[in-house]
Amino acid sequence: MIQAIAFYLFAGLVIASAVMVIMSRNPVHSVLWLILAFFNAAGLMVLVGAEFIAMLLVIVYVGAVAVLFLFVVMMLDIDFAAMRAGFVKNFPLGLAVAAILLAELVLGIGAYSAGGLELGSAETVAAQAPGESNIEAIGRLLYGPYIFLFEIAGIILLVAMIGAIVLTHREPKPGARGRQDIGKQISRRPEEATVMKNPEVGQGVEL
Amino acid sequence: MIGIEHYLVVGAILFVLGVLGIFINRKNVIVILMSVELILLAVNINLVAFSAFMDNLIGQVFAMLVLTVAAAEAAIGLAILVIYYRGRGTIAVDDVNRMKG
Repeated sequence: MIQAIAFYLFAGLVIASAVMVIMSRNPVHSVLWLILAFFNAAGLMVLVGAEFIAMLLVIVYVGAVAVLFLFVVMMLDIDFAAMRAGFVKNFPLGLAVAAILLAELVLGIGAYSAGGLELGSAETVAAQAPGESNIEAIGRLLYGPYIFLFEIAGIILLVAMIGAIVLTHREPKPGARGRQDIGKQISRRPEEATVMKNPEVGQGVEL
Repeated sequence: MIGIEHYLVVGAILFVLGVLGIFINRKNVIVILMSVELILLAVNINLVAFSAFMDNLIGQVFAMLVLTVAAAEAAIGLAILVIYYRGRGTIAVDDVNRMKG
């Protein structure tokens, strides 16, 4: 009973906040609704015992991706009212495509629940051993037979990081003032930086 | 009783909402990127639901890969958005024709 209540709460909230993400006038509000959607999706995943993915959703999406979106939305000075033009014009087409997609997906789900096609049996079932926590079991898989998948995930993140830096990095203009040249700074010696002067009384010093 | 179908329906609705978001926010590329995130979230819900239903953890391993790709895609997409804004002063994507594609 409590499971059903929790499921319908999470499912209802995730769908409602997804609607608000795409309908909201202000992209900042969209990002906040997106955070709520991810939280509730994490709740849905906890309900079926996938704690690892749920924690990953909260940490990666809420902690990193949503904050990245928020930064970009606030950094760019954009007239969001002009962005809404065409909203009404595109609505019927979008709704038609969405209705067709939803009908197809519901048809697929209905056919599956009437009895899925037997395309073969799963040879390598990796079940969670009784008494083992979800995170332990996933770690056993990730650091065992799926080590290459794990490393590919790392390489994807590395490529994304390097790509984002390369794309947004701006070389300073040559000769621009106020730029630090660290090599020049650390190769400075006392001999070339300081001079001993012994000026006469009443006379200035020319440097 | 909550079964696999309930989860699949939630995933389907989320996916469709993501596609609808792409259609109705044709100008605002930030909301389009958020809609793509919603679509990938729907995929993740399906993967995790089947993983729990079939008692096979490999679905959750692949859900992790989907999450990684989603994060990388958001980072690269927003980087492209920032440099596009720097050059043009706008992010209206319906008149992007610099590459004459």
